Amino acid sequence: MASFIQLLVSGLATGAIYALIAVGFTLLWQTSQTINFAQGEFVMLPAFFILEAMYLGAPFWLAILIGIALSVLLLGLVFKLIIVDPMLKHGVLPLVISTIALSLFIKEMTKNLYSSNAQPFPALAPPIDLHFFGAVISTQSLVVLAVAIGAVVALHLLLHKTRLGRSMQATAQNPTLARILGIPVRRMVLYTFLLNAVLCAIASILISPIYLAKFINGETLGVAAFLAAIIGGFNQVRGAIFGGFVLGILDNLSAAYLSSSYRGAFPLLILIAVIMWRPQGLLGRVEERTV
Amino acid sequence: MNRLGVIAVVVGAIFAVTVPLFLKPYGIYLSSTWTVLTIAAMGLNLTLGYAGQVSLAQGAFVGIGAYTTALLMQAGVPYPLAFIAAGLLCFSIGWVLGYPALRVQHHYLAFVTLAFTTLVFLVLRNEEWLTGGTYGLSGISRPVLFGWSTNSSLRFYYFSLGILAVLAAGTWWMLRSPWGRAFIALRENPIRALSLGLDTRRYTLMAFAIGSSIGGLSGAVFAPLVQYIEPLSFALNLSLNLLLMVIVGGSGYFFGPFVGALVAVLLPEWLRFIQGYYLVFYAVLVMAMMAFCPTGILGLVDRIVKAVNMRRDPPQPALRPERTSP
Repeated sequence: MASFIQLLVSGLATGAIYALIAVGFTLLWQTSQTINFAQGEFVMLPAFFILEAMYLGAPFWLAILIGIALSVLLLGLVFKLIIVDPMLKHGVLPLVISTIALSLFIKEMTKNLYSSNAQPFPALAPPIDLHFFGAVISTQSLVVLAVAIGAVVALHLLLHKTRLGRSMQATAQNPTLARILGIPVRRMVLYTFLLNAVLCAIASILISPIYLAKFINGETLGVAAFLAAIIGGFNQVRGAIFGGFVLGILDNLSAAYLSSSYRGAFPLLILIAVIMWRPQGLLGRVEERTV
Repeated sequence: MNRLGVIAVVVGAIFAVTVPLFLKPYGIYLSSTWTVLTIAAMGLNLTLGYAGQVSLAQGAFVGIGAYTTALLMQAGVPYPLAFIAAGLLCFSIGWVLGYPALRVQHHYLAFVTLAFTTLVFLVLRNEEWLTGGTYGLSGISRPVLFGWSTNSSLRFYYFSLGILAVLAAGTWWMLRSPWGRAFIALRENPIRALSLGLDTRRYTLMAFAIGSSIGGLSGAVFAPLVQYIEPLSFALNLSLNLLLMVIVGGSGYFFGPFVGALVAVLLPEWLRFIQGYYLVFYAVLVMAMMAFCPTGILGLVDRIVKAVNMRRDPPQPALRPERTSP
């Protein structure tokens, strides 16, 4: 039981990070039909921005701010203007290919400029083990959980309680109608890209102390984000959040109780099950297709 | 195909047959690699270029084909049977994998196949009793066909070129059959194809399964070429590279994969001097190509040829529709 609680907490912590990444992923899909195959690399990269800033002498908190700012600039604005915008007129497929190439670009650049070795990354909290009913829980996973849930709550408030957030949602659901209602659709689409970059940077800060900063990290994270989005429902923000938590918990439990060498395989089986029985995702709506 | 196209293909074939005669062993090895990659990319072109679905599992199918061939040959099965078995196995796996993924839209197949590639890598690495784990399988012998040994590198090149030619002819024939027409209808307008009575899902699935089995066959050529296979060769990178080859060459053009594989084989050799930045350069090239010419190199050639033809003999005014705007 004690180890179950332990696994559950660490599963929730990983799941919260997956949820952040998956939310950004679905937001991009909803507002601009961008399937971002480089999403995993978008999470891998900010850790290196922060390490670089610290290497140049910035304290950790400042480095984090610089990292987030650089992410918003490069992974938000530049990505939107240089990669996505020229491609939109060609349709979904060329954009998919282009983001695949982008992920290759980011991965190889990081490998060449840093090294293929994993870099240690400072944790947000000192790793102290706390004991609850015999279970050992590190402060690290509690901090991860707290920050991630804080981010998700803030995102929820932004999307549902502010005028800006509601405009963004309207843009996502029906761009034409949103434009008629006087919402600056293009600006809203840009905001979702910036928001995605912020979410990726936060996820990067949370996950890098656990996985270490490594150029290859993006592959698993990108797949995790997509799996979470499909399991929860591609067209719902709360679906992505739910899917992220489900994935994180199942990932940890199956690695402990079933087989650790096939850790990566279980999410795939869940994915196939969801696609077979509920292709719109567990919380998703059925989308109608127009001719 | 027009006269210009026929001339280009004949010249290409003459080059493919004669050039390796003047090459050093490394050059011949590269040429053989080109044939293997072309076969794999040709299969992917069916899925991507004709049926319009992104698959990131082609590398995994090459791996399954290579391991099947190597294991069967080590068990004493003659090469031709192992070759056929590799193709059949990949066809069935492709069918089973594509079935759930193609139920839904939004390029789900891309991510399902992405996850599948990871899964295949895990199986190849973990099941040591079968695949030798990270050590891989070594000592794969080159086939002897009708008493003709393919042991020398030049002979093996002609053997793989022959397989490429046979598979290309088969694919060419298939694309001109009612099946192939259906594939193209799927790409051009899936909803219209559906309303014309085509079972779009079955045809898409068929395109994916046939493409996968051709991937398996390329693995069956790859295994005896390198004579040593290990899981890492068939990780996600290979699938991504094959995808980029099809795109760079020109997806949906029959000879696109031939050109794309040639670029993928030659470019790293020409770009030796930039070392590790080769893939960075390649990625930028692909992104630029997607922005300015998403139809690839052959698409670009097509456009230039059309423009030249237009200039040489512009369409007769009588045939031109009346202009409504200035």
